[in-house]
Amino acid sequence: MSMSNNHKRIITALVEDKPGVLNRVSSMFRRRGFNIYSLAVGRSESPDLSRMTFVVDGNDAVVEQVTKHLNKLIDVIKVSDISDEKVVNRELALIRVNASTTNRSEIIQIVDIFRAKIIDVGSESLIIEVTGDESKIDSLQRLLSNFGITEVMRTGTIAMTRGKSEI
Amino acid sequence: MVKLTGAQMVCESLLNEGVDVIFGLPGGAILPLYGTLPEYPDLRHILVRHEQGAAHAADGYARATGKPGVAWATSGPGATNLVTGIATAQMDSVPMVVITGQVSRDAIGTDAFQETDITGITLPITKHNFLVMNASDIPNVIKEAFHIATTGRPGPVLVDIPKDVFTELSDVQIKNIKLNIPGYSPNIEGHSNQISKAAKLINKSKRPVILAGHGIHLSQSYSELKVFAEKTQIPVITTLLGISSFNEEHLLFVGMPGMHGMAYANHAIEKSDLLIALGMRFDDRITGDPKSFALSSKKIHIDIDPSEIGKSVPVDVPIVGNIKEVLSRLTEEINPGDHIGWIKEIDGLKIKHPSLDIRKSDKLLPQQIIRELSDITKGEAIIATGVGQHQMWAAQHYKFKEPRSWISSGGSGAMGFEVPGAMGAQVGRPDKTVWSIAGDGGFQMTMCELATLAENKIPVKFAILNNNYLGMVRQWQEMFYEKNYVASTYTANPDFVQLAKAFGIFGTRVTRKEEVKSAIFKAMEFDGPAIVDFIVEQEENVYPMIPGGGSIHDMIEEPKPKELLR
Repeated sequence: MSMSNNHKRIITALVEDKPGVLNRVSSMFRRRGFNIYSLAVGRSESPDLSRMTFVVDGNDAVVEQVTKHLNKLIDVIKVSDISDEKVVNRELALIRVNASTTNRSEIIQIVDIFRAKIIDVGSESLIIEVTGDESKIDSLQRLLSNFGITEVMRTGTIAMTRGKSEI
Repeated sequence: MVKLTGAQMVCESLLNEGVDVIFGLPGGAILPLYGTLPEYPDLRHILVRHEQGAAHAADGYARATGKPGVAWATSGPGATNLVTGIATAQMDSVPMVVITGQVSRDAIGTDAFQETDITGITLPITKHNFLVMNASDIPNVIKEAFHIATTGRPGPVLVDIPKDVFTELSDVQIKNIKLNIPGYSPNIEGHSNQISKAAKLINKSKRPVILAGHGIHLSQSYSELKVFAEKTQIPVITTLLGISSFNEEHLLFVGMPGMHGMAYANHAIEKSDLLIALGMRFDDRITGDPKSFALSSKKIHIDIDPSEIGKSVPVDVPIVGNIKEVLSRLTEEINPGDHIGWIKEIDGLKIKHPSLDIRKSDKLLPQQIIRELSDITKGEAIIATGVGQHQMWAAQHYKFKEPRSWISSGGSGAMGFEVPGAMGAQVGRPDKTVWSIAGDGGFQMTMCELATLAENKIPVKFAILNNNYLGMVRQWQEMFYEKNYVASTYTANPDFVQLAKAFGIFGTRVTRKEEVKSAIFKAMEFDGPAIVDFIVEQEENVYPMIPGGGSIHDMIEEPKPKELLR
């Protein structure tokens, strides 16, 4: 078993789109004591299948067990650990930030630099939509925190390997 | 296509799967299924007295026959009473299909009378489970349930069926159903390169040892194991659940490893340069502290479940596949050989560490009773047990000769298994003598099934090793809790002989050594279930013992090791 330190790995799974599948997956993670850093679920290209993207935290031995136990679930069709492949990964976040007439333009500048969007303007706040990899969203969040963030929603990472038709 | 009710589809599907017996107990939500049962006289129903008994009996049936066991119960408390039995089957990879009634579809989620989320509850203790929301799905679901339960690494599958689905009429196809489980394809064959690597290691090894686990039984690889071991003359150690997969009178047989294994078996593992692990999972009761387990050996691990590879012990050559398949290919690739020096060394270990010697005593010792039982039944009976001291003594002292003759809860360690587990084994193997070796503690957990045995004339014989203690608990309290015998003393056991009478079965008591033989014979001569209440030495301990999480260096031996006679 590897003695290497914990690190984040990206695992994707193609699963049957049936009631209770998410419960089976999350129950397995809980029972085996695996840590999920983030989990995103959505429909896939086929109508009966969903695709899940996990970011998990652990050493190589733990990550190996995660993929094996995912594979063991009957409703899971295919599991791929794509951490070592060339991937694009994206996350979407909605951030509500305090904004007054005096600092609004400063916030807009930051939003532009990050190629983010303002999708709602209130008298005392803005909602900002941003997509990107995790570190980009982290940076924007850090900068905006100077103005006072009141709410953050993040979808968790989804990822796809480059230059292939399917994972 | 035929028009059937959901209940009829269940029965037809069970018959298609070759089911001949179901252990169950009725209640509101499953009554429509019971209403249909008389139409199917080939489905024998055995009415248990508690649903836990149904699940353990189905488990015992499966272990004794190799066929999947079937249990069913009603919703709510009926379903939750099955849970211990389902968890036991899951831990030991026993093929079982469990059907539960559920409240009607429109009542699901409303906290209706006797509603419980049994698919949610059993999620982590089944191989898979189903909630059937349309009668027309039943034939496919039952087919898939049996397929999943019996293939790959076997395990229990639960099918939850709402009451109104049992009564729903639908046009369905019952036969020639195609499986549609795209996410399930166990790897059977094993990788050729890995098999060649393993063969090379075996050919090079000077001190190899086979660790044969439950997988030998589950894959029915008895002859493959024998041929493999004999071709290369490799000594065989059988794990607790591997017991009876290899004839204990065979010259290559060593013993059982682990916490209460024979000291010489543990030493053989420690001194080995190659462990060949077959269908076993390096359980903590075998390894103790995995970091100090068998450090001088390379390891070949053959198992059908990839997630067992490297789970607790690092492995040099893993082979994922069915043991039967892999072992016969491996046997072809290895060179015939002998390991005379190594086998002699193990024989020396047996002399130096006489783990199975029984101390001289005028008292009635439990180990002695098992020896007598082994002699009288010529090692050919089916032995079912509960969990604790009596289980370990049975594992150590009975000389098993025939496959599938050891029926015991290993991973789960479920006390109370001894009564219904033995019942299921006897129902599956009516041709065999079945002895349940029981403790007075576990026996009282499920002794209500004596009524089931009496009612159905299932002739299980019970040897209760009665010490008025939860014996293993007491032993731990003696060794690790300053003899503080809290809540392990049974001061008001029932009179088991009178109890036998009350159930209308045979009962007798033994208090002296001289009475053991005749009591065993009397119980076996009686045409029906029988109890022998052995009043044994109360504070006898199970040895050898490696305390939990320890290593071979922590092993406590009694009698103490002798100097090597060389």
